[in-house]
Amino acid sequence: MSAEKPRTLFDKIWAHHVVDTLPDGTALLYIDRHLVHEVTSPQAFEGLRVAGRPVHRPDATMAVIDHNIATDETRRTGILDPESRLQVETLEHNVVEFGVPFIPLLDARQGIVHVIGPEQGLSLPGMTIVCGDSHTSTHGAMGALAFGIGTSEVEHVLATQTLLQKPAKNMRVTVDGQLPLGCTAKDIVLAIIGKIGTAGGTGHVIEFAGEAIRALDMAGRMTVCNMSIEAGARAGMVAPDQTTFDYVKGRPFAPKGEAFDRAVAWWSTLPSDPGAHFDKEVFLRAEDIVPMVTWGTSPEDVAPITASVPDPAAAVDETRRAQLQRMVEYMGLTPGQKLTDLKVDVVFIGSCTNSRIEDMRAAAAIAKGRHVAEGVRAMVVPGSGLVKLQAEQEGLDRVFLDAGFEWREAGCSMCLGMNPDKLTPGQRSASTSNRNFEGRQGPGGRTHLLSPAMAAAAALAGHLADVRDWQPVGSA
Amino acid sequence: MKPFTTLTGVAAPLPAANIDTDKIIPARFLKTIARTGLGQHLFANMRFNEDGSEKPDFVLNQPAYRNSEILIAYENFGCGSSREHAPWALLDFGIRCVIAPDFADIFHNNSFKNGILPIRLPREICEKLMDDARLGGNARLTVDLERSVVVRPNGEEIPFEIDPFRRHCLLNGLDDIGQTLQHKPAIDSFEARQRAAQPWLYA
Repeated sequence: MSAEKPRTLFDKIWAHHVVDTLPDGTALLYIDRHLVHEVTSPQAFEGLRVAGRPVHRPDATMAVIDHNIATDETRRTGILDPESRLQVETLEHNVVEFGVPFIPLLDARQGIVHVIGPEQGLSLPGMTIVCGDSHTSTHGAMGALAFGIGTSEVEHVLATQTLLQKPAKNMRVTVDGQLPLGCTAKDIVLAIIGKIGTAGGTGHVIEFAGEAIRALDMAGRMTVCNMSIEAGARAGMVAPDQTTFDYVKGRPFAPKGEAFDRAVAWWSTLPSDPGAHFDKEVFLRAEDIVPMVTWGTSPEDVAPITASVPDPAAAVDETRRAQLQRMVEYMGLTPGQKLTDLKVDVVFIGSCTNSRIEDMRAAAAIAKGRHVAEGVRAMVVPGSGLVKLQAEQEGLDRVFLDAGFEWREAGCSMCLGMNPDKLTPGQRSASTSNRNFEGRQGPGGRTHLLSPAMAAAAALAGHLADVRDWQPVGSA
Repeated sequence: MKPFTTLTGVAAPLPAANIDTDKIIPARFLKTIARTGLGQHLFANMRFNEDGSEKPDFVLNQPAYRNSEILIAYENFGCGSSREHAPWALLDFGIRCVIAPDFADIFHNNSFKNGILPIRLPREICEKLMDDARLGGNARLTVDLERSVVVRPNGEEIPFEIDPFRRHCLLNGLDDIGQTLQHKPAIDSFEARQRAAQPWLYA
């Protein structure tokens, strides 16, 4: 028997990557994979240029364009917005000057950075992975320590392949039991955020565990880890298991042959030891989860689809009451109104949270044989060119097009108002993305977050709808 | 990076929790390739109408607060995205210090990298400072990083805690990369060990 103290998944990956420790306990942490996109990197490359520093390990780096681009045919004829174009061209120039590997815009592998990382096998179990983007937490689904950083840190990683970090605390969220009909990974994570709040994970790395998490496919685990930042956590992770190894095997950047077997042997040692200490523990029962939708302008303001808009006057705390009042006004809601009575103008199925092939299938299953309600604009935006190709091979594009959905090119699209896909003031959206902040999808836009299946149901109904009332045509 | 030692200035009251980075700087302003010039877009959706005119009720549009150097807010300030444009916009506007009960991790980290001091103080103390801030230009706060205290207009000193390494870097305006490169031999030997044990991580 080992005398070693039981350790968590996070503890093990952390310990593996400490290069040096400063006198005050700050660790110099080695970074295995650095993903770069056009929005948060220009100032970092400029910093290197000014200081005359090279990129320390181009082979550990991968750049891609995702935030600024159009998701219609205009992407092939050049970006219209001059600022967006300059930002994209700046990255295209920087990757050449610094010798950084790059997936170009018109490459079939192009897509949202958090979709292509796992898809290409760039994100592997046991790795430390960073990107100048808070949703880097997505890659924790691989059993990696993955977190978002600011641009100064992007420059720091480019120059040194390390970061100065204080260890996070350990938190475990256990979801036991089996998910009921109509519920998905998105409903799990929205339920978790509703329970612990948007600062519930601050200072912590969350390990998601339990039967309902283990039962998720990799796409589902990515959805859950993606939104751990919305719970305030530094990162989210799921222990690597056979589901993970099967997913990784054969991907372009994954180890091959004997190296793969050696890797699996190491990855298998990573799950948290029995008795490992967690500073904070949260438990949910999957059976208690119902299809969820946000009603307010913070992801914690979430409710079952069967609920009604809360009354701000009922809040005890004065700051909270003012905040709720502001949300109800901004969102154009009436206290007591049923959520299923809220008419939607736009439906967005996409983003780094929900744009993988599994998400496309889930939405298509609901849409098949039906039609989008009149007056609703419904868009489906696959997370990468490869997801798009796969969906087309499966005929999902036809399902969506026949049902009156738009079938678009890969990119961040309407998750954030940085490219042509935006809400106009006052428009209400049902969106599979991750943030419902004021103006997130365009100034004055009103966002309701939900799962791909729920989004499809909303598109068909013309209002927020309970997906359990919209089960696939022909099913019992 | 500009060192931070002592700051005496007007503090703007922002009595709200969960002030997210989309509020601090909306995504449509992230298309810049420079670090400067974002101050004009700070809190854009709260500060300006759609036609670009100022919303007179917003605190930073009021005469007393136009030159604020300190912000007082409530819980979870800076939640949301990792955009360093948030501290860049604050700094470009002239804000060098934010005081709140707690901060989102990435924003907290990004602030230090740009010479902005985020100070965590308990809610009840933030409420007192909020009252001070409501007095406008008549009541300036002093933030003394050397002594790690906030001095209220009535002379009361409120000590705050700060990570010693970060305090040292802020006081001296030190660049992290230069310091890390002093550990180059340790990085090199780490890579040699890792390359032997996990060769698949190296192309």
